[in-house]
Amino acid sequence: MRPSIVLLVAVGVLFAAGTTLLLERTLTRVLLGVMLLGNGANLLVLAAAEPGSPPIVGTADQAEMTDPLPQAMILTAIVITLGMTAFLLALAYRSWRLSGHDEVQDDAEDRRVRELAERDEGSDAEDLDTDEAETAEVRT
Amino acid sequence: MTWLVPLPVIMPLLGAATTLLMFRRPRVQRAISVSVLTATLVVSTFLLVLSADGPLVVAVGGWPVPLGIVLVADQLAALMLVVSAAVTLCVLLYSIGQGGADGDEEHPLSVYHPTYLILTAGVTNAFLSGDLFNLYVGFEILLAASYVLITLGGTENRIRAGTTYVVVSLLSSVIFLAAIGLIYSATGTLNMAQLVGRLDALPDGVRMVLQGMLLLAFGIKAAIFPLSAWLPDSYPTAPAPVTAVFAGLLTKVGVYAIIRTETLLFPGGRVADLLMVAALSTMLVGILGAVAQSDLKRLLSFTLVSHIGYLLFGVGLASRAGIAAAVFYTLHHIVVQTTLFLVAGLIERRGGSTALDRLGGLARTAPVLAILFFLPALNLAGIPPFSGFLGKLGLIRAGADDGAVLPWLLVGGSALTSLLTLYALARVWNLAFWRSPATPDAAPLRSPRLMVTPTAALVVAGVMITLVAGPLYSLTDTVAEDLLARTPYVEAVLP
Repeated sequence: MRPSIVLLVAVGVLFAAGTTLLLERTLTRVLLGVMLLGNGANLLVLAAAEPGSPPIVGTADQAEMTDPLPQAMILTAIVITLGMTAFLLALAYRSWRLSGHDEVQDDAEDRRVRELAERDEGSDAEDLDTDEAETAEVRT
Repeated sequence: MTWLVPLPVIMPLLGAATTLLMFRRPRVQRAISVSVLTATLVVSTFLLVLSADGPLVVAVGGWPVPLGIVLVADQLAALMLVVSAAVTLCVLLYSIGQGGADGDEEHPLSVYHPTYLILTAGVTNAFLSGDLFNLYVGFEILLAASYVLITLGGTENRIRAGTTYVVVSLLSSVIFLAAIGLIYSATGTLNMAQLVGRLDALPDGVRMVLQGMLLLAFGIKAAIFPLSAWLPDSYPTAPAPVTAVFAGLLTKVGVYAIIRTETLLFPGGRVADLLMVAALSTMLVGILGAVAQSDLKRLLSFTLVSHIGYLLFGVGLASRAGIAAAVFYTLHHIVVQTTLFLVAGLIERRGGSTALDRLGGLARTAPVLAILFFLPALNLAGIPPFSGFLGKLGLIRAGADDGAVLPWLLVGGSALTSLLTLYALARVWNLAFWRSPATPDAAPLRSPRLMVTPTAALVVAGVMITLVAGPLYSLTDTVAEDLLARTPYVEAVLP
């Protein structure tokens, strides 16, 4: 099988852009990232079939036909991606209605841990000060 | 009798459609859901009995086998079906009890029942699936339903928790789909039985990439460290029955997919070391997280992550004893973890909170609740003679039989995790049950009998696993033998 290099580069670009967007904090960008990733995966499945004439019996020689199975799978995957996109959109809208923004929040427990860590940093900062004072003394 | 095989998928889907149409009549909805899940349990039990003579195979839609979708009910799938059907039925009854007591305010019941049935259909479809794409569809069905259930009611907290869960799950689905695309390009088939020969013929490097991608996708779903951080953040905010069914079943579907693919498609334990390191870190990181928690539901979520490590340990050993113990432990863990989350829901109603510093004296004020917590807690920690002990013993013996350094390390890790589990749960017992009674945040909510009875039934089921441990263990042993031999599965699907 000869894979199409254009298709594979497109898959790579979609995956790269999708991953970058997925790492953002706002849900709308995450949504765009999920869409790009989903389309990238669909193209990857499409690339699994060798290109050929439409797989309709009677229109072409069977040996020249493309494999219809990946296309059938992509149709299913597109429907699934559509549903998930709609759900994420609803989630982003709900988040915006409730809190005025659609940024992904830290977990309550995570925030508590961070607060504790920050309090510790306060005491660490004092140690750092004395350290710096000591190094300053050494320098002089 | 192969016509029975698709029923565990079809019945919940039809039930979901009917309950959706009946959204104005909660009583009819409840009757339909309960009878559908009861029927699923009965059919699954039949399948378990019938599959003793060899896997039952159905080509869906009449398409010949390698082309169309096949559903395969072998003993492993049937065992998982029976346990999951029993657990979903108990949790459904519990949630009906809770909905009845709360006047249905927290549960928009019109959505709850159809979604819950679709979740069941997705789980059973994943268990029965005989090809990878149908497995993907099964995962998507159960995930889509779980997205709705985890954000039920749409409160700010649940939206926050749901967002993490949805995004992480979507990522794992994309990885799974990409792996499917690559496997199809490399082999030209997705039928698992047909893949057996074709994957073996691939170059080592290609096979390793495919295996790694599948493991990554399933690892996120099964919450294996370092892919587990999403779980304790998202599960505890959902309603108690939803958390319980998620904790019991959803991660185990990921574990099931790992067991299936590692034994059938990628045998020989090539990534055994990787799996065992992941298992050890999952156990230890999970249980250390649990020890540090001050909230009961979060603590239980961390023990859930930790005990996934045991299942992975058995898979990593790739020996007959290891897989037999892993399957046994999976069945035990589904029941016990679900029970503990249901009990946490009852504790929340009684004490007004699941924060351990707010609870106290429940042993005196609610003795039944104390018993309901105490038994599964001991079971989870692995105190003899409970099934948790038998499962851990099986794993430890399988590890010792292997004799290499890494399995011995894991044997030590298992024992340590078991002790720390006992410590974490004993802390819950001391704080929530034995201390002098605390003044509750809110007046205790009534726990109707319909909530307590299913919980008690699951507690008894957990204890019953000990009583039937002999036959059950020999059953999981034949399951492991068939899984490792691979031929019974392949010959049943491609005669």
